[in-house]
Amino acid sequence: MVLSDVQKLLDCQVFSGDEFLDRTVIFAGAADLMSDVLAFTRSGALLLTGLVTVQTIQTAHIADLSAIIFVRGKKPDKTVISVANEKKIPLMGTAYSMYEACGILYRAGIPPTMNSLRTIEGA
Amino acid sequence: MAAENGQTVFQTFVIEGKEFFDAGKVSTEIKSMLKELGVQPEIVRRVAIAMYEAEMNVVMYAERATVSVQLTPTTIRIIVDDRGPGIADVELAMQEGYSTATPEMRELGFGAGMGLPNIKKNADRFEIESTLGKGTKLEITIWIN
Repeated sequence: MVLSDVQKLLDCQVFSGDEFLDRTVIFAGAADLMSDVLAFTRSGALLLTGLVTVQTIQTAHIADLSAIIFVRGKKPDKTVISVANEKKIPLMGTAYSMYEACGILYRAGIPPTMNSLRTIEGA
Repeated sequence: MAAENGQTVFQTFVIEGKEFFDAGKVSTEIKSMLKELGVQPEIVRRVAIAMYEAEMNVVMYAERATVSVQLTPTTIRIIVDDRGPGIADVELAMQEGYSTATPEMRELGFGAGMGLPNIKKNADRFEIESTLGKGTKLEITIWIN
């Protein structure tokens, strides 16, 4: 799956990084805690978050994430968008809640980037 | 590249405390520098993550820090030496979940007591020294090969 498939699945608005929507999405994770992102994500992961700050972009850049999706209609301001452009990190927004957005991507077959303490039976 | 030729690269940086907008700038510079020197991406990522957590700690708690990065063909050593309040109980601060962060820091997605443990996790060797009222010094070592 590539980012443009994710965009369709979550009916996303693209705020930046239109030109990178052909990036492959292998894993995804969701967190509002940036330390969790730094501690548990894998390189190339897609991040779903409700935290719309410059630190979210910095964290994605440091952890080599592929893109960020802001959930529940949250919109980045100009500063956040310009930092994302500079770091070449695609930003998208969905009207779905974090829970629903994760469910849709999980059902579509994107595995988790974070190691859970246990695995889901039958998944 | 210098490091590959068996030479040592040495560079210093300064992090200003309370400058939230710039938080991550030094980590980004170090990340780009290592990438340009041809260090493997997985190693660069570990250094960048450890360095970013350390940088956020300086921005959140300290007045100022000097960062020195030494890259040899086998090792990356980073020393983050800050002037700040110091840590009262280092052992406690090393425990996941222990934090003295303010609500403002938590709003940025940090201050959940993950920083120091996360630095240790990404380092091959980690040393911390702190003096109350003076500051904290971290030494982060990551082997390249």
